[in-house]
Amino acid sequence: MTKVVKDVICPFCGTLCDDVEITVSDDNKKIISVRNACAIGAEKFNHTSLPGRVTRPRMRQPDGTFKEVSYDEAVDWTAKTLVNARKTLMYGWASTSCQAMSVGHEIAEKIGGIVDNCATVCHGSSLIAIQDVGVPSCTLGEVKNRADRVIFWGCNPAHAHPRHMSRYSIFPRGFFTVKGHKGRKIYCVDCRYTDTARCADEFIQVQQGYDYELLNAFRTAARGEVLPDTVGGVPKEKIYEIVEELKGGRFGVIFFGMGLTHTMGRNHNIDIAIALTRDMNDFTKFNIMAMRGHWNVTGSGQVLAWQYGFPYAVDLSRRTKARYQTGETTSVDLLIRNEVDACFNIATDPGAHFPIDSVVSMSKKPTVTIDPHINMSTEISDLHIPVAMVGVEVGGCAYRMDNVPIETRKVVDPPDGMLTDVELLTKINERVDELMGAK
Amino acid sequence: MTKKITLNMITCRSIFQGVGMEAGKTSQKYFNACSIIEMHPEDMKKLGIWKNTNVRVSSSVGSIVVKAVEPRELLVPGLCHIPMGPWANRIVPAYTFSTGEPCFKGFDVEIEPAINEPILSAIDVVKDACGLPIK
Amino acid sequence: MSEYIIKNGHVFDPVQKIKGDKKDIAIKDGKIVEASEVSSSAKSINAKGKTIMAGAMEIHAHVAGPKVNAGRWFRPEDKIFDSHKKPGMTRIEGGKSIPTVFKTGYEYARMGYTFAMEAAMPPLYARHVHEEIHDTPIIDEAALPVFGNNWFILEYLKNREIENTAAYIAWILNQTKGYGVKIVNPGGTEAWAWGLNCLTINDPVPYFEITPAEIVTGLMEANEYLGLPHSVHIHQNDLGNPGNYKVTLDTLRLAEKVKPKNDFGRDQVMHSTHLQFHAYGGESFANIESKAKEVMDYVNSNEAITFDTGNVTLDETTTMTADGPFEHHLCSLNHLKWFNVDVELETAAGIVPYVYSPNVSVNAIQWAIGLELALYAKDPMRCFITTDHPNAGPFTRYPRVMSWLMCAKTRNERLNTFKNADKIIDRTTLAEIDREISLYELAAMTRAGPAKSLGLSKDFGGLKPGMNADIAIYNINPEKLPTKGEDYEKAFSNVAYLFKDGKICVKDGTVVDNGQKKTFWVDVKVNPNKQVRHDVVEKFLKYYSVNEGNYSVPDDYAPHQHIISLDATHA
Ligand code: SF4
Ligand SMILES: [Zn+2]
Repeated sequence: MTKVVKDVICPFCGTLCDDVEITVSDDNKKIISVRNACAIGAEKFNHTSLPGRVTRPRMRQPDGTFKEVSYDEAVDWTAKTLVNARKTLMYGWASTSCQAMSVGHEIAEKIGGIVDNCATVCHGSSLIAIQDVGVPSCTLGEVKNRADRVIFWGCNPAHAHPRHMSRYSIFPRGFFTVKGHKGRKIYCVDCRYTDTARCADEFIQVQQGYDYELLNAFRTAARGEVLPDTVGGVPKEKIYEIVEELKGGRFGVIFFGMGLTHTMGRNHNIDIAIALTRDMNDFTKFNIMAMRGHWNVTGSGQVLAWQYGFPYAVDLSRRTKARYQTGETTSVDLLIRNEVDACFNIATDPGAHFPIDSVVSMSKKPTVTIDPHINMSTEISDLHIPVAMVGVEVGGCAYRMDNVPIETRKVVDPPDGMLTDVELLTKINERVDELMGAK
Repeated sequence: MTKKITLNMITCRSIFQGVGMEAGKTSQKYFNACSIIEMHPEDMKKLGIWKNTNVRVSSSVGSIVVKAVEPRELLVPGLCHIPMGPWANRIVPAYTFSTGEPCFKGFDVEIEPAINEPILSAIDVVKDACGLPIK
Repeated sequence: MSEYIIKNGHVFDPVQKIKGDKKDIAIKDGKIVEASEVSSSAKSINAKGKTIMAGAMEIHAHVAGPKVNAGRWFRPEDKIFDSHKKPGMTRIEGGKSIPTVFKTGYEYARMGYTFAMEAAMPPLYARHVHEEIHDTPIIDEAALPVFGNNWFILEYLKNREIENTAAYIAWILNQTKGYGVKIVNPGGTEAWAWGLNCLTINDPVPYFEITPAEIVTGLMEANEYLGLPHSVHIHQNDLGNPGNYKVTLDTLRLAEKVKPKNDFGRDQVMHSTHLQFHAYGGESFANIESKAKEVMDYVNSNEAITFDTGNVTLDETTTMTADGPFEHHLCSLNHLKWFNVDVELETAAGIVPYVYSPNVSVNAIQWAIGLELALYAKDPMRCFITTDHPNAGPFTRYPRVMSWLMCAKTRNERLNTFKNADKIIDRTTLAEIDREISLYELAAMTRAGPAKSLGLSKDFGGLKPGMNADIAIYNINPEKLPTKGEDYEKAFSNVAYLFKDGKICVKDGTVVDNGQKKTFWVDVKVNPNKQVRHDVVEKFLKYYSVNEGNYSVPDDYAPHQHIISLDATHA
């Protein structure tokens, strides 16, 4: 006999689909099939049952091999490392629950850590821009129910957020959008003819690195001012035409991604995209939203914000005050300047996603990585502590890209004896207390 | 003399990279999805290579061997793409201009054929850079 | 649990009509008891020369949830000079106008507050609100879900379906662990989803063909149909605009049509919030003037209304409201950064930083209006002090607002030293008022009054035996009252003692215990309602972006719940 778990939340991307249906074996141990998820989501759920999963902590030996250790030993080593270090980079958090983050922050505050999440290499630029100019935005349901002009700028949901287009932004029929895709005009601005561009009614090919100029041209056109013949490779006639179409819509929305945050200009690219959105509100209703990547990177920003007032790169190393200064307290900068003396990675893989110079720096310091699976970070760490998969083997709160919180569901049991993030962090926290009390 | 060309590099997500990641960072799926460089056929011609040959890609911070493939999502000549992952990050400049955000998109790389050079596995790419022993 | 006896203090308790008499207060098992009921081992606290009141109750503040948190993170500058670890059992406390959850809990406690009502919870974001409430130490909290622009409500009330409205309210309170019915800019926020607004109570809402007046009246009727502990809690249309007092009076008059019906001792059918923002005369910001007198003449005459002030504190702050169009408008006035979120089927929110400057006449007039409202209030049991935190100023400024209300000298000093003092005096009536709020009146305005308005007067807001042992002791000697406003400010900023549930949580301004905060919510039983069930299923299937199965707030988000259960199944 099998059973079906409904309304399951997919813990992969910021789309945070909550309609996945999973068939599990009677003993709650195995996932048998996955419905409604995209290819990535399905792979994530199916991965739990793969053979060869590491289920106990592993400590690196002098010869470079890993040896299994007990959770208690792992907790002790981690706590000692944290207590002994003056400044520990505690990076990741994007694939764990808000409840786990809370415990982590308590540890960070005691031991003087710097808590950073993967916004730092993803939508950090967007957060900086929003701190500069604010942002008019909305929930994804608003887009589904009202939007008739949708722009994808420097983002590629067809690959990074596969169900975004069908759930919210292109195809769904909503309350005021009964015609679905037919009632919407879709634009895609990118330097590549992406699979998202294929779904769009209009593809605007911008020269790589010229997004700022093109956005500026849109603003200029919206004000009826004069443009040069082409901007960023786009003819001015096209720009004027699109701006008029946007003004003629009832409800427009811009989705943007790393095509803006990762290119030269960084936060300024977002800044001007937001400024354009603000301008458009003088003519019609317009919103803008960042396509957040990891399923709970938004949640990490939220918890850090309500506890310390900053969305990422929170420096608690003085223990008496929280500081935040991008370029100074951000992970990549801390690492390339060798300003931390220990690394604590959780629920994200900087080994794979940080530029190599920062990874090399990390590999030279005492490092622990907490992650359900083997990845590039675990392999350069002194200690790998595997944990249950949040959103699959244990529940916990996550925030969608529009900041809507959704409690993820436990679908199957974790392998026997495996700890969850919350359990592990609580143990580390207690051990830190003991060690610090003894000091 | 081997030919060299200079292209503008971007590193982006792809669905195959996403699926590969979830299949496991040590899986063949991940390797196939990420240890590649997508280039315009014209640029391959300039470089004098066929598709599916290995090339060495070098930036201001390092170099890496990956397989040159035709783009699935069309690129203009002069632009090239390695999906995000350890291979791409061997050459991404870490400097952040005080934003915290490295330059993942829009940096110059030099490309030369490396037909007989092997492509390192995901883990080895990182270990090799960190000076850790490779199996 | 430990026993205490607080001796020799001066007690101010409108519940028992005690006006500063010396009376011993005994505590046992988290409750106030007769002095004879505690054993000889009860710890004795000497409160000689001090003022004792019940724990204060915040009736309207934005302290937890999506827009509060957006305000925090999109304003890093709010922490630059304000992030500290203070002595005591505390975490790092940050933020001036929008404090972090830790600072929020500690600062309320240090001021003698034991309860705070989060004033606007978008149901879709209820889980976020409760996550923050969970992390806020010491104080009890509750949250009001917003209803005034909700599609279900608009559709039911278009057809005057009160019973369906009530059943839907009951369902939402249960799903969101909510406390009551909040209305923000009725109809106007839905209009804002198209970039429009409703500026009078008769402007039709686009598409839904209903007016704000119909929404407010219908929600009041549904509220009384259910017999909820609190009345409808309303932020009216046309907030912040010169001449809006007419819309305000129109809205307040709607309360004449409905009678209170509940088992909680509540007499009002409408709580009108941050009235200061709604009491403006004039046609433009150039000739804006106070209409506090006109508004208060009406409020004083209608016992079915309670209100809070929304006092401007003359600080740099962060405005935030579910009144989306207002924030857009404000941004066009001050050109600072603007944050907006429209929430599907339910509401919206906007945030704009704002600097209330004593040198700007409009701000000084706003300051005066807030004080006038409280000083004109005949019944302190119906007038509550707020700053609509953080909209008119941070709640941490309550002690200063109290000093302006309690000391005419301090108030007039401030008034007379404004840059444009003559103009302010001319446009307001504050200079003509010499009333000073007494400690007894203050206890009504901050304890007994809000408790009654919230339907919590059985257990909270007073010091009668049997009530919850939430007690604040201040370093104020009623026999030798402070002569300077700043002495009041100092005393109200840092309690000598704060008891929460019979435990000492703050001593001499230092947090010594994080207590065990509780989340209050209202669980109403209604008759099964097929129509509402059908509509819920349909709306989630077609229009929401989350499934119905993922909408509710799981129980473990609020580990200590104080559930007020009531039966509204009408035969
Ligand atoms: S779109 Fe994202 S959240 Fe939805 S199923 Fe795919 S990976 Fe999961
Ligand atoms: Zn308010």
